[in-house]
Amino acid sequence: MPTTRRQFLSLAGGITATGIVTLRPLRATPAMLNAAIRNVVGEAQIRTGKVKLDIPPLVENGNTVPMTVSVASPMTAEDYVKSIHVFNEKNPQPNIGNFYFNAFSGRAQVSTRIRLADTQKVVAIARLSDDTFWQVAADIVVTLAACTEEMN
Amino acid sequence: MAALINVPPKAKRGDIIEIRTLTSHIMETGFRHTADGRLVPRDIITSFTCRYNGAEIFRADLFPAIAANPYLSFFTVAKESGKFEFEWIGDNGYSSTASAPITVE
Repeated sequence: MPTTRRQFLSLAGGITATGIVTLRPLRATPAMLNAAIRNVVGEAQIRTGKVKLDIPPLVENGNTVPMTVSVASPMTAEDYVKSIHVFNEKNPQPNIGNFYFNAFSGRAQVSTRIRLADTQKVVAIARLSDDTFWQVAADIVVTLAACTEEMN
Repeated sequence: MAALINVPPKAKRGDIIEIRTLTSHIMETGFRHTADGRLVPRDIITSFTCRYNGAEIFRADLFPAIAANPYLSFFTVAKESGKFEFEWIGDNGYSSTASAPITVE
């Protein structure tokens, strides 16, 4: 069977693509992420918006990544943010933190520093006082991963 | 246990103020191994609470994905003079407290 250059290249490309898919680490856990989110949200609908996730898009060191989550809310007794829940996709565990507010919090915003074990997606979900859920996601590229180093 | 607390010493009534806390803790994830392959047991702070004159204004559940020496910054409305009390609770019976005064004019 005569093989043209074009056929060969498309075949080689196909093999490479398959190879990459097979070599993906087994740590990827979008199912665990979804389970963790459902654990908090239940069957409620999650809408996109209102929440802002400030996190660097490119991180040199996954051991300490600054993160700020804020929600556009007047924070009055009638309309405030009850909680913010932050999740990740590929750490060994999908939860990052749960943060609880009330009408006296003034501003629905929290900053902390987190660990990221891999290049992945971070999801923040806010629960408002009317029990609606709002989410935002951010993709972060991590060059040095957390959690994987040995302890001396 | 050392904790760094940053609360404005004075505020006007009704102001929204930022509170920043940093405490020293290893936050061992429980997912790392020693060089000879043994799993290092988890040792993290699992809960943080801030009370303003006895009323809870902010609470957090922390997981291994929080970096070592947990830093938390959050807000509240300055409504009266008094004090903020902070409490960190963690694995192996870990407990640590701190407080900071505020004058509201």
